[in-house]
Amino acid sequence: MKVVVCIKQVPDTKGGVKFKPDGTLDRAAMLTIMNPDDKAGLEAALRLKDQYGAEVTVVTMGLPKAEEVLREAMAMGADNGVLVTDRVLGGADTWATSQTIAGAIRNLEYDLIITGRQAIDGDTAQVGPQISEHLGIPVISYAQDIKIDGDSVIVQRQFDDRYHILKAKMPCLITALSELNQPRYMTPGGIFDAYQKEITVWGRNDLKDVLDSNLGLKGSPTQIAKASDKVRKGAGEKVVLDPAESVDYIVGKLTEKHVL
Amino acid sequence: MSLAEYKGVYVFAQQVDNEVSSIALELIGKGKDLAKDLGTTVTAVLVGSGVKNLTDVLGEYGADKVIVVDDPELKEYRTEPYTHALASVIETYKPDIFLIGATAIGRDLGPRVCARVHTGLTADCTQLDIGDFPLVPTPGKEQKHGQLLMTRPAFGGNTIATIACPDFRPQMATVRPGVMQKLPREAGRKAEVEEFNPGFVSNEKYVEIMEVVKAVSNVADIMDAKILVSGGRGVGSPENFKILDELAEAIGGTVSCSRAVVDAGWKPKDLQVGQTGKTVRPHVYFAIGISGAIQHVAGMEESDIIVAINKDETAPIFDVADYGVVGDLNKIVPILTQKIKEAKAAADK
Repeated sequence: MKVVVCIKQVPDTKGGVKFKPDGTLDRAAMLTIMNPDDKAGLEAALRLKDQYGAEVTVVTMGLPKAEEVLREAMAMGADNGVLVTDRVLGGADTWATSQTIAGAIRNLEYDLIITGRQAIDGDTAQVGPQISEHLGIPVISYAQDIKIDGDSVIVQRQFDDRYHILKAKMPCLITALSELNQPRYMTPGGIFDAYQKEITVWGRNDLKDVLDSNLGLKGSPTQIAKASDKVRKGAGEKVVLDPAESVDYIVGKLTEKHVL
Repeated sequence: MSLAEYKGVYVFAQQVDNEVSSIALELIGKGKDLAKDLGTTVTAVLVGSGVKNLTDVLGEYGADKVIVVDDPELKEYRTEPYTHALASVIETYKPDIFLIGATAIGRDLGPRVCARVHTGLTADCTQLDIGDFPLVPTPGKEQKHGQLLMTRPAFGGNTIATIACPDFRPQMATVRPGVMQKLPREAGRKAEVEEFNPGFVSNEKYVEIMEVVKAVSNVADIMDAKILVSGGRGVGSPENFKILDELAEAIGGTVSCSRAVVDAGWKPKDLQVGQTGKTVRPHVYFAIGISGAIQHVAGMEESDIIVAINKDETAPIFDVADYGVVGDLNKIVPILTQKIKEAKAAADK
């Protein structure tokens, strides 16, 4: 069984967001991490490796620096890493990104493709389903449990007030939620091995069955009209009082605002 | 493609268990604004099995036309048949704009549809306008008028981006529930109804539904609540949410929570406020023991009045709170509940 996991290196928005003097995000000053939903997807794949001996290949698209996230995945136990990087692929929206990744995956054998539900920088949740459409395979998004049943996969799929138990014949694509599992840590041996292994690096010419007109900034149907810092409502009052006075303060404000 | 062939504002009228979702009506409401600017009409696309009776409510909330795709294969939501339904509607009717709710269903369906029809999709929009792209005339670039400008938060709510789709149609967006306003219901208002069935032939992409498990939950939808009493990790334990339940009952509110509480398994996912939960804008939002991570704030900062109680005076929640109280929630909340009960009892006399 062969599993391909798509992962993304993202700025760690949780660990403190840094801005440049002009108000734009200072990506260089921010730590990067493996996107949390992707890491859960990788963990799910590694469990299939533990259980069924699946071969796990991680694929990422990004700057050459994104090799770090492949090394991390391999130190956790992934067998192979593929970095898709090329200047002509830059500035891609979700359409062009999914075309790129689909073009890379067409070179690989797979029974299952796992992506995270969404990345914490863009939060679109679009690339996984779009890859599946380009490859012509079924998608099951928001997986919270994954089981293999012969040539099919049985997935518990989360909805707002319910979940579905779905069965799809492989090959198919699953998008994973970070609630799916608790990802394992890298092991010292794994880290050592990860740096001994070769990483496959692919550029534009290695992508299979993709038109230039579907790649990079030029191949992106959506275009940014403007981007700006969010203007937030300023802080109001803050008081430090003993509990009874605190309550009087809150009740006073709620009365003033006709809530009480 | 000739862009001029594409006309009209279309919205996906999501229904679950043959009940129209609130987001469908919100999209019709917003769609009417956009259609007015463009001098066109709003068409709701209703997809399901045995749903023809739902066209009335869509008309009463402002849809000018309803296209109904009704087929037994569409009973429960499944990605492939629903994608086929919408992609076929788009190919046949050629809408200029197509809006979908950014619900669990819409965020699965939208990307698959846009990939099939080859257009752009902007996720999770919080604002939609008609305007020019580029916004200002730019040398060497044609400025197009009457474009859909789609605004959305990114980077965990730290930046706001406005996005256009100038060269492909339809211009597609998923729209965050609870942000757009539905129109007042106009009893007896009728929409033109048209049935459309592109034919559904099961193939390997038709994933099999083995079981549908509905969460046993009789809680009110937190998006409809006027007052939310929201607890975070600082509440300390699932048992201790009792003091929040009591406050909510006293003030006539509903309990909600932060992501940390859901991750810890203390509360179900449908009570979660924030970027990966629900966007709420109640009249009053109590943030109790919630530190106020950006992802949480993104889901509640539009509340009219925000009251925060937290023992850490540096907690970021105080940056958005109208009234911040630094102190021990275990001491403050029970007294607050008592005082509110007394105030209400006094008012009733």
